[in-house]
Amino acid sequence: MVTATPLEAELLELAGSVPDPELPVLTLRELGVVRAVHARGTGSVEVELTPTYTGCPAVEAMSLDIERVLREHGVREVTVRTVLAPAWSTDDITDEGRRKLQEFGIAPPRVGAASGPVRVELGPTRTRTSPPEAGPDPVRCPHCGSAETQLLSRFSSTACKALRRCLSCREPFDHFKEL
Amino acid sequence: MTTTPAKDTAHTAAALALGDDALVLSHRLGEWAGHAPVLEEEVALANIALDLLGQARVLLSMAGDEDELAYLREERAFRNLQLVEQPNGDFAHTIARQLYFSSHQYLLYGELAAGDGPFAPLAGKAVKEIAYHRDHAEQWTLRLGDGTEESHTRMQRAVDALWRYTGEMFQPVEGLDVDWPALEAAWLERLTEVLVRATLTVPDGPRTGAWAAGAGRQGLHTEPFGRVLAEMQHLHRSHPGATW
Repeated sequence: MVTATPLEAELLELAGSVPDPELPVLTLRELGVVRAVHARGTGSVEVELTPTYTGCPAVEAMSLDIERVLREHGVREVTVRTVLAPAWSTDDITDEGRRKLQEFGIAPPRVGAASGPVRVELGPTRTRTSPPEAGPDPVRCPHCGSAETQLLSRFSSTACKALRRCLSCREPFDHFKEL
Repeated sequence: MTTTPAKDTAHTAAALALGDDALVLSHRLGEWAGHAPVLEEEVALANIALDLLGQARVLLSMAGDEDELAYLREERAFRNLQLVEQPNGDFAHTIARQLYFSSHQYLLYGELAAGDGPFAPLAGKAVKEIAYHRDHAEQWTLRLGDGTEESHTRMQRAVDALWRYTGEMFQPVEGLDVDWPALEAAWLERLTEVLVRATLTVPDGPRTGAWAAGAGRQGLHTEPFGRVLAEMQHLHRSHPGATW
């Protein structure tokens, strides 16, 4: 990466301070989606934004919010460019971001878990109880911390989350799944 | 969505083929909204549709104006596989279509992501999403195939019915540098493993129809496709430039 100027670093900080439109507890910096800010001459700035998922509908809202914040800080012309490579990964979410997700009731993604192949196993049914997933790094219930949780659906309120249920406190919860 | 336009004609044609696959399958999956058997599936199918729509937007933008391409082309100008335009049928048919297509798309995009062509950035991004689509389809194939007598019968009927559309997935697409026979072998191996585990029989009929000397990739589509397009394009054609 080319070294950013002090101005670019400041603008990157500003762009990164914008809250995520769907998970407002997180900032775009904590989500890891603002890649860079390039100053192009006087008062003109280009921001590189990467989507979490290719079809993430929040990208347009993010772009508008970034433009607004930078304009409020005196930048006349803001261009937000969507970049796909290198692909965003849940490993780009900061530690602070993970902590906030957990507090918000969403189990954070496990670090490094996205690189391996997706396992194939018989999924739980609604009528038969399947054993909770064991393994060295189980998804923990964000409410009570139990490692005894069960997958209900691989897709939940948004594409980036899966729906799980805690077998200890019985609460359903979203899991930000590894990507 | 900002992307670098593919100047090369072959790349434009390939972007159309891949983009149309994603667009049409996305629309088909969207038809389940309000009709899925359980709420979790309603949400899952809509999320998979959204991933595909995102891929379609990037790909069609590489070939031209995404809205014009999606809403103003005639049937014969679409380059999608005949597989993805097939009706949803019962849930087993939708899962069989997902199984065939997502396994294929996972392998294809994996290969494109490893190359340095114009599709590498999108493919590298999308292949991670497709891993979840394939997993979803495989899980359901196992549950339905190795489920009740009724679900087994329906799943077998579905994999048999759509088998004839699977050959087209491995016809070379101009502009894509892919080892198609190797892709097909890998697809068959994975598919066989899943079907056997699901206690299903691997279909043994022909994998292309008699009409498929050319097929979706050449703009020749099956009868249900016209109705999909009519529904998808109706609003835009009736109210050009409509926004909300």
